[in-house]
Formats: sequence, structure tokens, C-alpha cells
Amino acid sequence: MTVAPFPTPLLKTNDLLQRDYAAPRDRFDSAWEATLSTLLGLGRAAGADFVEFFLERNNYISCQAEDDAITSLSPRLVTGAGVRVFRGQADCYVSTNDLTFNGLKAALDKALAIMGLTLPGPHTNLAEINLELLRDYATAKGKDGWLSQCSSMQEMGDVLLAANGALGQKASHVQSRRAVYFRDWQEVLVAASDGTFARDIRLTQSVGYNLLCADGEHRSSIGQRAGDTSDPAFLRQWDYATAAADVAESAGKMLYADYVESGSYPVIMANKFGGVIFHEACGHLLETTQIERGTTPFIDKKGQKIAHENLTAWDEGISPDAFGTIDMDDEGMPAQRTLLIENGVLKNFLSDRAGSMRTGHPRTGSGRRQGFTYAAASRMRNTYIAPGDYSVEELFASVEKGIYCKQMGGGSVGPTGQFNFAVSEAYLIENGQITKPLKGATLIGEATEIMDKISMCSNDLDLAAGFCGSISGSIYVTVGQPHLKVDSITVGGR
Amino acid sequence: MPTIQDIAAYAESSAKKLGIVKYDVYGSSVDETSVQVDKGDPKQVKASNRSSVIVRVWNPDGKVGVTSTSDVDPLGMDLALQTAQEASAFGVDDHIPDFSPEAVAPTADVQVETVPPAPVGDLISTLVEAEKQLLAAHPAIASVPYNGLAQRAIDRFYLNSAGALRQEARSYASLYLYSKTEQEGRKPRSAGAMRVNRGLPLLDIEGCLKEATEKTISHLDYDKVASGKYRVVFSGEAFLSLLGAFSNMYNAQSVLDNRSLSTADSLGTVVASPLLSVYDDALHPENVSAETFDGEGTPTRRVPIIEQGVLTQFLHSAGTAKRMGTSPTGHASIGAKVSVGPSYYQVLPGAEASTEFSLEHAKNVIFIDDLQALHAGVNALQGSFSLPFDGWLVNDGDRTSIESATVAGDFRELLKAIVHIEPEAEITPGGLCPRIWVDALSITGEG
Repeated sequence: MTVAPFPTPLLKTNDLLQRDYAAPRDRFDSAWEATLSTLLGLGRAAGADFVEFFLERNNYISCQAEDDAITSLSPRLVTGAGVRVFRGQADCYVSTNDLTFNGLKAALDKALAIMGLTLPGPHTNLAEINLELLRDYATAKGKDGWLSQCSSMQEMGDVLLAANGALGQKASHVQSRRAVYFRDWQEVLVAASDGTFARDIRLTQSVGYNLLCADGEHRSSIGQRAGDTSDPAFLRQWDYATAAADVAESAGKMLYADYVESGSYPVIMANKFGGVIFHEACGHLLETTQIERGTTPFIDKKGQKIAHENLTAWDEGISPDAFGTIDMDDEGMPAQRTLLIENGVLKNFLSDRAGSMRTGHPRTGSGRRQGFTYAAASRMRNTYIAPGDYSVEELFASVEKGIYCKQMGGGSVGPTGQFNFAVSEAYLIENGQITKPLKGATLIGEATEIMDKISMCSNDLDLAAGFCGSISGSIYVTVGQPHLKVDSITVGGR
Repeated sequence: MPTIQDIAAYAESSAKKLGIVKYDVYGSSVDETSVQVDKGDPKQVKASNRSSVIVRVWNPDGKVGVTSTSDVDPLGMDLALQTAQEASAFGVDDHIPDFSPEAVAPTADVQVETVPPAPVGDLISTLVEAEKQLLAAHPAIASVPYNGLAQRAIDRFYLNSAGALRQEARSYASLYLYSKTEQEGRKPRSAGAMRVNRGLPLLDIEGCLKEATEKTISHLDYDKVASGKYRVVFSGEAFLSLLGAFSNMYNAQSVLDNRSLSTADSLGTVVASPLLSVYDDALHPENVSAETFDGEGTPTRRVPIIEQGVLTQFLHSAGTAKRMGTSPTGHASIGAKVSVGPSYYQVLPGAEASTEFSLEHAKNVIFIDDLQALHAGVNALQGSFSLPFDGWLVNDGDRTSIESATVAGDFRELLKAIVHIEPEAEITPGGLCPRIWVDALSITGEG
């Protein structure tokens, strides 16, 4: 009988001292395989059930024009890593700026110690983790050159000054006008003890206006943003003339608006950012994080009707350019399209790795985080209500007296399912017609009740860029919906 | 991690190499650990040890560029100064920031105790025990879905090429417990409490448990409230959150940017009831995060903002103070655009009140314990707010929890509608503030 030679030398822990684990700090590629497979092996040898490393490089810049000057140009350079160790269903997350082998090993050591484990001693057999061939979304999708293709500092300034000039021409009673832009370039590498080894580059950009108008005691403040995740030329292609006209028109209408009279009204929510109603009132409550905490009323409702039969809703990470689009999540899983609700029936929750482990719901590529200082958690991506069969005109025609919510502010949902969100641009509807602008409205309600009151969806689905803050930090998301009608909702006002 | 002296040496070396003569650096290193528990077991433990700095570089034309970085080794500092140098070409032409004239002035002699970090096991066992006690406090309390115990050690510093060098170390520990009830046929209710101190041994855990328990139980008996105008009593924490949301009113940078409810001429005018006085005092003994210098190295101090209803002073950076012909107040954070922000509020009764009010005897009063969603429901530039809240309808001392409601109004009108300020201040992480009574605010009840 012939015994085949070992494919690679067997490793003992004391061999680590002789090995050169210098991986490039300025690029995350397959050169990191030896470093990470050894560290993951160390973690498993210590007794951890699962170990994951998340490495991040971030090159961020923001630029702001105020009136006719650039008043802020702010670059930020960040490098860091986090290691997550699971023992049973409990986990620990340790982050560090130090990306050397010894720096990452120290972070691993700390995480293991917190979990009651210790790194193996000298002369201990060490099984490196056999990582998959690097799944490199950045190179496969031609993203490696993105950073250099983005607008230069000079171009940022030029575009924003021109844009702010256009806003100044369109608006009246201007007290302050701002044009703001940011570019967030992020390179990530994920390696885990189940063999996951994946790299991606994300390029998130946003540009928009903030306009403050005043006339005596009358004031209006309107903001508007556009966002993109995959176009280095995004800023230079920004149609600021149209955006300036929209913002100026809204600010003008809201300047002399009356405060909304509080009460319970039928409400028509505009498409695009109107989708924040679903994001707050339902989306967060479908994250497994909420199941783990017991803070969602939908915890045992999978397969049951939780919304009006006219409502179907999705969460996905794959729409081209959308603000919440990701090729892979922050745990290295390819993004998916997830059907949340179909004709009122709850179909799926959004789950990350820990959420799946603790709740049993399958992972959906929804493990997301702001950066290396946060462990990934189940979060939304592009979340929207599917278009319905009604026309916008039919929605308005069905309202005798109600509120049209054209622009939404932010919102939140509490641990008992009570949600709220602010309306930044609203109008009174009387006999199916918009009659006058209103300001100062906040909508509040119970998630379990409101979902059954969304009775009509129009056929004009559109998406809008947004920011979502939660357990794993602030992330980029899309909200969206067609125009929709809520039969009755409490409107807080004066 | 490099020491502050290391970082200063790296900055000096990089600046010399790049031909940079004038620069300053503000930075910090943080070592923190936090734990969460779930039904007696640790759920997630987090730890981090990280540094970050922000560098400002003045180019030969006197314009400033800025960069922040988490790479504080020689290579990282090289890149940060180089990027800031590049950005300086696009720096502002007018009102160019400069070193604070007080960057080398003596800071307050404040002795702040730093507490060594507790072992992670102690954090977990402390939180597990707190969760256990809260769950045992009342049969209706079914879970503590939001809980956390964290400790943090922070070293912060400021240095500049003119020789300023300041540094200080602080330590903090914080505990929050947020419980949720379940009762057959009743809606779930929730409430919580938080405590902050300089270290785990100093944390008022019993007080946090007592407050979380009492508040949660007090919301079991709930009802809808009729919409209308009510006399409203804000808890200290609720009032401070509203005051903070409208801080543009006394923020000099906001005033200069035309993004304030005030103008430069507002100083000396009546902006509130004479019953109200507001100070900002980073060095207050109750402020566990007392800092002796701001992001520009300016010493912090007590600043009177509103005295007996009159707007008396704005909060300043070095740049805003120079433009408005006054002294900096120690409220700056450096960045591409220097920003100004409050440190630690102290709200006090101003003029002597002619009438006394008490929740024990008041009728049909709304007591607001906590305002929610300030990020969404406040329009700081318009002065308006419409906010959900946790609170009670109070009649002769009897409290009925309000199921779901919003409070709305104009902040400037609210300040003038204050009818009473209770004598005893609540100590909160953001400052000291007594309960504040306000007349005729709009309340919208659900349904």
C-alpha cells in the first residue's frame, strides 16, 4: 500500500513564530488567506464554535457648499477589523485598528478570553481553516477602479457651487441654502471558520439640498437627497437644476402653510420616501433581531395574515444602483430578494447569521453593519411595497377629507410596536382635491393595526435613498412604495 | 497603540517631511467593553480598542485643510497630513479658522477619578443579576429586551505646532434597563432607566432598577387621552432633550450661518419666561464626563445662556468668538468646519415664582417623562415640534398612563409659556434640570 504524502505540512502553534504573515494593509485580496485561515484555526482550536473576521478599509469624503462658498471639505480614512466568536448561541465581538497578524491575534485572544476560552499553548496541533477561493465581487464586477473614477475635490466643489447657485435663482425668501455631497468608499473582506472568504467594494454617494426660507415669522425648511451605490460618475451627472426647482417649489409652498389640525384622518402617502411608513411600522419588526428580543408582534405570525390583502412587500439587495443594494452582506453571503409579505400574508423574516442560529429563520443575506466597530445584525436593504392596481387619481377620489403626505421626515418604532414618523410636506385633501399646504404633522400608530388599514396601492412604485440607524449602526437603505391610502391614522398636530 | 507623545512625534516628523509649518491635531483613544444579557445568559459581549485623530493643516496661503484617520502610526499620519494638505487648496477664504487664543491658557484644576475597568465576568454577572431582579419585580414584567452594561476608558488630547499640548483621561460606566410587560388582553407596555458614572463600582444599580421597575409598573394602567390643550409638566430629562434639539438658538455658529432661531441681535432680549435660567457647565461636579478643554484646546467653563428669561450668551468656538468680538467658551469640535455644541446643562429657577404648583394637587395635567423620535419630529429651523411621548395624565396625584399620544408646539412659545419650575433638579447624563411646567400645549391622543 502506498501512502500519499501530506498535501501541506502539519502545523503546530509554535511554528507560528517562524511564519511570515505580513499581508498588505492597502489591499484586501487572496494574500490574506494564510493570515486569516491560521487565525480562524487558532480560534477553533481554542474551542470556539464559529469565528469570523471582518476587515474594512474606508475612504470617505464629504463636501458642503453654503450659499456661494465651499465651507467644508472633509476626508476620513479608516482601517480596522472585527472578530466575532460564537460559543453555543452566545457571541462576542472585538474590534481593533491594528491589522497586523499580532494585532488581529490580540483581538481574537481578547474575544476568546471573554467567552471563557484561551488560545492553544505551544506545541499544540493547529488546523488552519480551508477557506474557499476568494469570492471577489469587487474584481468580478469591475469595481477596483471605482475610487479613482469618482469626482475629484475640485469637481465636488465646482458641482456644489453651481448647484447652490441654481437653487439661489429658483428659490425666494432664502435665509440659508446648502448643497451637500458625500462619497463613502468601502472595501471589505470577510473570512469565517465555515470557509467563507469574500471581498467586495461598495461605493455609496449621496447629494442633495437643504433650503431654509423665512419671511417674518414664517419659516420653511426643506431637504432633498439622491443616492447611488455603483456609479462613480454619479455626482457629475446629478440633475441639480430639476432638484433645485423641486426644493424651491416645496419650500415656497410650505413657507406660509398652516399647522395641521390634530385628529384621525384617511391619509394618502406619496411614493418614494413615503415608504418610510412600511420601514418603521413593519420592516424593523420583521428583523430576527426583534424576534430575539421578543419586541415584534409578528414573532409567531409566519404564514398568517398580518396586513391588508392588497399589500405585498419585498426586501432585497439586488436592484441596480439602489441605495441599499449590496452584492454580499457583511457576513459574506450574496444578497437576495426576500418576499416579506404576499397579499397580506407574512412569508419571511430578515435574518443574519446569529439571528438564524437563535430563531431558526433562514439567513437572507441581511447581515449588515455600519463598519468594523459593529457586529453584523439583521437589517433591511431595499424595502418596498409592491405596486397595486389602482391609479393615483382613484386614491385621491376615495378621500373626502384627509391628508396627503408628500414628503416624509424620519421615524422610529418602539419595543411594543408603536411607530411614529414626521411629515415634512403635507397637504389637506378635500373632496378628492389638494386644497392647501400643512406643516407640523406627525403620524403615530400601532404596527399591528396600521398594516391592515393600507387598503389601496397605486401602480407607480418608486424608491428613495435613506439612512437607517439601529443596533449595528447607521446603514444605507432604500425605502419605497407606490402611492398608497391608509384608511385612518392618528395625525399629531396643533 | 501609540502614546500621545508618539502621535505628536509622528505628526511633527510628517509635517516636516511635507513642508507643513502650521498644523494641529485632536484625537482620542478608546478602550471599551459592553455586555447584553438575555434571560440570564450573556447574549453579546463587545470590546474595542481604537484610536482616531483629526488633523488640520494650514497651507502657505493660510487656507486650512482637514483629514481624520484611524491610522495613527507613522504611515497613517503621513497620509492624513498629506490629504489635509491637498484639501487645504479648497479651504475657505473668509473667516479662516486659527488656533484658539486660549489653547495654552490654564485649564480648570479638576480632579476626576478614573476607575480601572472591571473584568468582563463582573459586567456579565452584574447585568444578569439586574435583569433577574427586574423580572422578579412584578408579574407583568415579562422581559428586559433592551439592556446593557458598558465601560469605557478614553484618553483625549489636543496639540498644535505652536507648542500647545493638552491631554486628559476619563472613565465611564453606564447601565440601561428597558423592560416590557405582557398581560392577557392588554397591550404590551415598556419603560426603562439609565445610569452613568465613572466606573462599575460607582454605578447606582439599585436606583436604576427601582426607576425602571416603578416606571414600567406605572404604565400598566393605561388609557387613551382626549386631544386638546393641556398644562404639561416635562421631566428634567424630557425638557433637556427638547432644549438640546433647539440648541441652534444659542449656538453662535448656527447664528452666523443664518440657521438659528436667534440672530446676533437676540442677545439681551427676552426669549423665555423670567422663571427660567439655563447654564452650560462642562465642569459641573455631577458631570461624569467633565472635560477641561474642547476640540480646539480652549478651556471649558460655565456659561450663562438664559438668565431669568433673557438670552445672555451664545456658545462659541474660537472662530465664532472672533467674528462676534468675544471670547471662546470651550464648546468647539474641530473639523473641516468647526462646530459648536453644548456640554452639560444646568437649568435653574430664575425669578421667584408667585404661584406654586404640585403634581399632588394639579388636575388634568399631562406629565411627560420621555420624548421620542426627536430626530424626526423636531424642525429645529422652524422652531416647531410634534413628538410622541411616554407620560401620564395626572389628577390630584393619581397617574394614568397615556396609551399613545403626541405633544406639539413652537419651542419659542413654549419657553415663554413656562409657568413653574420645580426647585429640585433631576440629575441626568445630559445635565441638571427640574420639572418644568408649561401652559397650553397641544396633545393628540390616538383613536
